[in-house]
Amino acid sequence: MNITNFLVTGVGGQGTLLAADIIAEVGLAQGLEAKKSEVHGMAQRGGVVVSHVRWGERVYSPLVSVGAVDYLIGQEIVEGMRFLHYLKPGGLLLLSSETLPPPSLTLSKIKYPAPEEALEAARKVTDRVVFIAAPKLAEELGNRRVANTILLGALSAQMPEVDPKFWLDVIVRRVPQKAVEVNREAFELGRKMGQEIAP
Amino acid sequence: MTKTLLSGNEAIARGAWEAGVEIAAAYPGTPSTEILQTLATYDGVYAEWSANEKVALDVAIGAAYAGKRALAAMKHVGLNVASESLFYSSYTGVNAGLVIITADDPGMHSSQNEQDNRNYARFAKVPMLEPSNSQEAKDFTMLAFDLSEQFDTPVLVRSTTRVSHAKSVVALGERTTYPQRKYVKNPAKYVMVPSNARGRHPVIEERLERLREWAETAEVNRIEWGDRKLGIVSAGAAYNYAREVFPEASFLKLGMAWPLPERLIREFAAAVDELVVVEELDPFIENWIRALGIPVRGKDIFPMVGEFTLGVVREAAERAGLLPSDGGAPVQPLADLPSRPPVMCAGCGHRDVFWLLRKLKVVINSDIGCYSLAVVPPLEATDTIGCMGASIGVASGMARAGLGTQRGRPRKNVAVIGDSTFFHSGIPALASAVYNQTPITVVVLDNRNTGMTGHQGNPASGDTLQGRPGKRIDIAAVARAMGVEYVAAVESRDWDALEKALREALDFPGPAVVVSHDICVFREHYTREPYRIIEDACNGCTLCFRIGCPAILKSDVIDVDSGRPKAYIDPAQCVGCGQCYDVCARQAIEPGAPIEFQL
Repeated sequence: MNITNFLVTGVGGQGTLLAADIIAEVGLAQGLEAKKSEVHGMAQRGGVVVSHVRWGERVYSPLVSVGAVDYLIGQEIVEGMRFLHYLKPGGLLLLSSETLPPPSLTLSKIKYPAPEEALEAARKVTDRVVFIAAPKLAEELGNRRVANTILLGALSAQMPEVDPKFWLDVIVRRVPQKAVEVNREAFELGRKMGQEIAP
Repeated sequence: MTKTLLSGNEAIARGAWEAGVEIAAAYPGTPSTEILQTLATYDGVYAEWSANEKVALDVAIGAAYAGKRALAAMKHVGLNVASESLFYSSYTGVNAGLVIITADDPGMHSSQNEQDNRNYARFAKVPMLEPSNSQEAKDFTMLAFDLSEQFDTPVLVRSTTRVSHAKSVVALGERTTYPQRKYVKNPAKYVMVPSNARGRHPVIEERLERLREWAETAEVNRIEWGDRKLGIVSAGAAYNYAREVFPEASFLKLGMAWPLPERLIREFAAAVDELVVVEELDPFIENWIRALGIPVRGKDIFPMVGEFTLGVVREAAERAGLLPSDGGAPVQPLADLPSRPPVMCAGCGHRDVFWLLRKLKVVINSDIGCYSLAVVPPLEATDTIGCMGASIGVASGMARAGLGTQRGRPRKNVAVIGDSTFFHSGIPALASAVYNQTPITVVVLDNRNTGMTGHQGNPASGDTLQGRPGKRIDIAAVARAMGVEYVAAVESRDWDALEKALREALDFPGPAVVVSHDICVFREHYTREPYRIIEDACNGCTLCFRIGCPAILKSDVIDVDSGRPKAYIDPAQCVGCGQCYDVCARQAIEPGAPIEFQL
């Protein structure tokens, strides 16, 4: 069975579920079966959010396996690192430079890791790592909320088999009407960043 | 035909709507909440949040008696609350179709246990359908209404977290509506006094046999022939994992969890060399097959505990020799990463109450809601949590038994319960305490919504699921009307008043109630800009860290004298509540400026 596995990880409020929805819909747009899963509940802000997406001719399980993820999209440094073991050897890590230190650190000896530590840990699993200053780039575009679209643009660049039109169509459909243009720009910028390393 | 990506919960709602449901009721509970939230948006459906699951089921039963298709939805433990109604409705049967959704939570993502509610179908002698994905969730919900009317029985549909909260493609259809069935007075059927109930019991036994016969040829139970060396029997979410882990095997996929089809199972078992059941949680199918005298394996291979994943099923199969092992040890997660447990929100009024209760050194009998989070560091305030509404009864028992002494005085305990939980099942326990004059203190954390499940309306807020006019019920007035002689209503941010009320309640000789209006920051806003640390005054004493506010972080600046990092308030997260200001002993926190609202 030829299945493509994605894992999108972030912190509550970062738009993890929408990003995963978009990936799933791009799978459908290509005529594939797509499944997506995450756990809701515990409605508080600031918890870990993990969303699984799978594409293929036939997909049964809505969950991906440890060591089987083709594309790990970390929307925040620690949450990218937390799920590195899901990545399959040679899989792609797309990591945002976003840092959101959890409050548990105030009474703990553990320190929030530097980006270099994250990248070093990632390179033990794969040499395909794209590190993107998504929040900074999004701010430069004038809308912090498009950080995820930049990541999706970078992801699209790493999937040359998928026509970028599919991505843009879904993004345009899913983002607020007044933010369509800035999301287009963010997607194109992300595509450029994603070409840093060969797909 | 339109195809779209729906969660299992959205698909259940869609199926109910297409099947012509007109009345739906629920109490919110993960992973079931979105079913009613989605149904509420469809035309032609009356949908409500009831005060608890039993009420929700009674509402649905009444609507079905009256001749309209009805649905009740709840999480697995909600069916415990509603179980008495499940059992009588099994006896009375229905008039129009009645479907009960139970959303189980293997792995306990958001629950106090992982009970397997397939057992309820067998226990209450009602049929249960069990979808594996969103398309089945829609189709089976529609089928459930037809079965309900055909066999005059409530029908259970069992989902689990990975069906309810997974999205997959669903083909949408049109809604079919049905004329209201005539309600005809029939005490022998609808009045379950013993003389009538005796007449009904043989009816439900006979109904179960007809349902079993139906299950033998039902399309929802299907054989997928593959290699006949291994025959897998599976259902629900587990089927998805099994199907990928054993791509070559033959499958008996059971869409109907109860009653189980004996002839179909015998036929399948006879055609395969080895029969294995892959099912999450209890050996429900396995034990039944074994009782037929058919050799079968199941829980000797796959775990009885926790949620299945592809990895869990594959590793268990490899250990049992059903699959060759790839021999590779799985990569371990990185150690020493900062943890990110769920925490009370910045500005949450529950924090005020638990901070003061900790100061009073009382034993805390807590309940189910956002305030359950007071058990985790740094508050670590809670002594007991059981189920919805347990706090007041448990507190009463503890008070009667006594807790010894503390610094020469009797050690005291307090029941802490949220507004929604109070209306759900706290009121009977309070009535019992008043009636028996049990000297307990009950603190009601009234944040005027059902927070943990996503801020739904409830009797304390007065806003209803579909925006119809509702009525807010004043909890303090309820307590007074019930005969509680000490009732105080305070704002959680007013620490002086709150502490005074708590102390008076604890000293009161009879039952006492303190209603604390805890702001829920999702519904009400503070009127100050973010607070700020005065860096020169902060010595890194960590006191403000101990309230567990997610907006308070360690600064990069180290205090020269203490060598400890100073505090830092993240302006993006601070909502201007002032809890940190109240707790700081060094006046090192500056309040934010008042926000001026322009009308």
